[in-house]
Amino acid sequence: MSEKAKTRFEVLGKARRRVDGRAKVTGLTKFADDIVLPRMLHMKLLRSPHPHAEIEAIDVSRATQHPGVHLVLTGKDFPIAFGILPVSQDEYPLANGKVRYVGDPVAAVVASDEQTAWEACELIDVKYRPLATISNSEEALATPEPRIHEHGERGNIHRLQAFEFGDVNAALEKSDHVFEDVFFYEGNTHLPIEQHAAVAAPDGEGKLTLWSSTQVPHYIHRALARALRMNAAHVRVIACPNGGGFGGKCDLHNHEIVVSRAALRLARPVKICLNREEVFYMHRGRHPVLMKMRTGVTKDGKLTGMHVQTLLDGGGYGGYGAASTLYTGVLQTVTYELPRYKFDACRTFTNKPPCGPKRGHGTPQPRFGQEVQLDKIAEFLKKDPAELRLGMVAKPDSLTANWLRIGSIGLEECIRRVVALSGWKSRFRRLPEGRGLGIACGAYLCGAGLPIYWNKMPQSGVQLLLDRSGQVTAFCGATEIGQGSDDVLAAIIAEVLGIDPYDVRLVTGDTALTPVDLGSYSSRVTVMMGNAAIQAAERLKAQIAEAAAEQLMIIPQRVAFSQGRVFFADDPAKGMTFAEAVVFAETKFGTLGAVGSYVPPRAPGRYKGAGVGPSPAYSYTACVVEAEVDKATGWVSVSKVWIAHDIGRTVNPVLARGQVEGSVYMALGEALMEEQVFRRLPAKLSGALVHKFPSLLEYKSLTSLDMPEVVTELVEYPDPNCPFGAKEVGQGPLLPVMPAVANAIYDAVGVRIDELPITPDKVLKALELKAAGKTPRVGPEAFPPVPYPKPMFVPPPWEGGDGNEVKRHDAAAVV
Amino acid sequence: MNRVRMTLRVNGESQEILFPPYKTLLEVLREELNLTGTKHGCELGECGACAVLVDGEPLLSCLELALECEGRAVETVEGLQQGAQLHPLQAAFADLGGAQCGYCTPGILMTAKALLEKEPNPSRERIREAISGNLCRCTGYQQIYESIEEAAKRMREAA
Repeated sequence: MSEKAKTRFEVLGKARRRVDGRAKVTGLTKFADDIVLPRMLHMKLLRSPHPHAEIEAIDVSRATQHPGVHLVLTGKDFPIAFGILPVSQDEYPLANGKVRYVGDPVAAVVASDEQTAWEACELIDVKYRPLATISNSEEALATPEPRIHEHGERGNIHRLQAFEFGDVNAALEKSDHVFEDVFFYEGNTHLPIEQHAAVAAPDGEGKLTLWSSTQVPHYIHRALARALRMNAAHVRVIACPNGGGFGGKCDLHNHEIVVSRAALRLARPVKICLNREEVFYMHRGRHPVLMKMRTGVTKDGKLTGMHVQTLLDGGGYGGYGAASTLYTGVLQTVTYELPRYKFDACRTFTNKPPCGPKRGHGTPQPRFGQEVQLDKIAEFLKKDPAELRLGMVAKPDSLTANWLRIGSIGLEECIRRVVALSGWKSRFRRLPEGRGLGIACGAYLCGAGLPIYWNKMPQSGVQLLLDRSGQVTAFCGATEIGQGSDDVLAAIIAEVLGIDPYDVRLVTGDTALTPVDLGSYSSRVTVMMGNAAIQAAERLKAQIAEAAAEQLMIIPQRVAFSQGRVFFADDPAKGMTFAEAVVFAETKFGTLGAVGSYVPPRAPGRYKGAGVGPSPAYSYTACVVEAEVDKATGWVSVSKVWIAHDIGRTVNPVLARGQVEGSVYMALGEALMEEQVFRRLPAKLSGALVHKFPSLLEYKSLTSLDMPEVVTELVEYPDPNCPFGAKEVGQGPLLPVMPAVANAIYDAVGVRIDELPITPDKVLKALELKAAGKTPRVGPEAFPPVPYPKPMFVPPPWEGGDGNEVKRHDAAAVV
Repeated sequence: MNRVRMTLRVNGESQEILFPPYKTLLEVLREELNLTGTKHGCELGECGACAVLVDGEPLLSCLELALECEGRAVETVEGLQQGAQLHPLQAAFADLGGAQCGYCTPGILMTAKALLEKEPNPSRERIREAISGNLCRCTGYQQIYESIEEAAKRMREAA
């Protein structure tokens, strides 16, 4: 039997101190900014004060002459465009003649210390010619000229996508009821407490090492070598443990390229650490999304079809935006049975810091709309919203309308648990005025099925080395961003080899030493690294078992591994220590090492665009929020949250709970207060579009005083594609919280806020509308006309076809 | 560049340092004394990541000039453990998930130490108030409260 299918565990499921826990509490964890090298210089970037401008001239002569300055770089030093996705090579490390948002880097100064570098930045004279600016998607649609970029679909539209899985209009026409809603989800940012930092240094042979707070060392390695026009074999990227990532450290960032170029040019180590204001400009966070949802239901509460339209405000560059655009559409289908589905998505360019992936990447926005709309549907049908959802949960081992393969699904149990714990049945719609309960669900990927550049190679690799002392060293490109990637790796290897996880030595996130793992994004690490680790450990285990069996004079199949011993399963006294067994194995086979790797299963969808959405498995979450609304001030307090997450199998319950509660915390921020918003300066002050509050004090997030009690339930429906059945837990639990808050506010005071964040002014406005006898709703009024293309038509699995596109006139024949 | 000479007492050790007078206590700890356990989060007194104890009181080291700390007792995360023995707060944070990425952790540990020295048995409400100036983006705070409560319990039992 494969280790993967094992069900009794020695390490998994037990609450443990994480393997890197001691370093984190002693201050010994080395974050990128903690690296200090001999002869190290410091770099600072001069950033654009204009949101959109052409650079007419740059004079660096005064900066160059400033005492202590070693090097000044400008756009001239970086002629090649870069971008993290192959389809979006639209950025320059330092502006190449044009700036596109306030904060776009224009020049860099390397000096003996940070203070001198700042001073010299002030001495650079840049002559800008300001251009008209675009502040949101509607303006971008209405303003094709001037174009922010020369690439993209047309005007200031970056991406347009349209897919239809079965004839949705026909399905809606036949529905008993059709609901149409427009929602808006404001952008927000990751706000990791660690500001991005990077240190670059040439080694003795002139090869480059970059230490950086990055979640994706492999992607950075590839993109950095290309941006520097260097042989990638001469570039080494080391991902330092991140002081929080949340998706904000997934791009190749300007400063990583510039600091590398500077270190190579000067042949000295150079460090840059962004300040907090710069981290707000770096952004790459949640896209503001306007969305329209048309959903058909039968009178007994089954979905018949859904048409989702999204409009994303992408900011100044492409980044991961092409993927974000698709993610606003692809995951609506995996939670509930949905016979037909259509989605149109559009991403625009605007003169703001670029948006990108933040926890849930592109899916929290439509999830908010979908789950609030379901609450309205339940209300209209006079059904309990929990029961409505229970009646439509997707089936395990099934295909969705858009050809995603669902494996295990524990959503029904998740719903039942939060319903029971919260006292839902006796309290929903029965609490005193001003207090309410709301429910919502969500689903998320356990790893994106495809890498960001096309290839068929493994997405995670693990290499194990056994020392004759019994020491096991694991090498893996996976990246510790706080979530516990290192702990999962050690736990899985220890589980297979019957040893203590603290006896596994780890080397991770280093492109010179570790096999490729694509990085900490899309909740992929536990599943992909875990599967690779099991394969590597099983290979070593087979060798050790064979050598031990020879010594014990038994067959290898009867050799057991447990608690640091290797022994005869039928007579545990007959055996040896793990270290002794390793010695026998090394004697028999020579130096011991093994590799394991993982490639996700091929997705069933074959249409163009089917690469975004597939995952080896999906995690599921249900959440009930209790909220109180102060009708005099509009202030919303969340008093308690019950959340149940189908994690498949829990590796370490301490860390799993931390991921769930951390997701709830971040989600409450997005629901109630966090927003990355901009304002125009008055015309006499240039009319520029500036960040409203690029500081931690003004960008509101929950403190310990705002955070409610969270009751966390881990539900285990192991998925056969996952290591020991373990699914993700880092992102999925965020998804249902925002709509559950909105639904709780409706239960409390009977108003609908179809827009995030739900700030007191919006609640007050809705209460005023209600008092005036008007529709008690605050949210976007209309969805603008968007030139979506004719959708690609793909019949859903139950309407025939092979997962490929068919010409629309053939569709009837297929049905 | 002008530099000043000063003796700074950190974690019970006095060291003579020569540094630019504009440097904050945070910068001097990290850059002059290589005590990188204390973290930068904003340099504006907004996040609490740089909290240290000065004469037993939590203080944001990014807002304090090092020059103002002469003759005062500075405590950082590096001074928490006794030899190889973790402080009960450190052990509880490691065991109970109080530290996820670990970046805000040193500031919270120092803030919690000051709390427990004054109040050995604080209520959950008091803990919430005490760390309300320390932002954590990972945990949702609950496991931090539990870590502090567990440490308080272990410390009371040991006392």
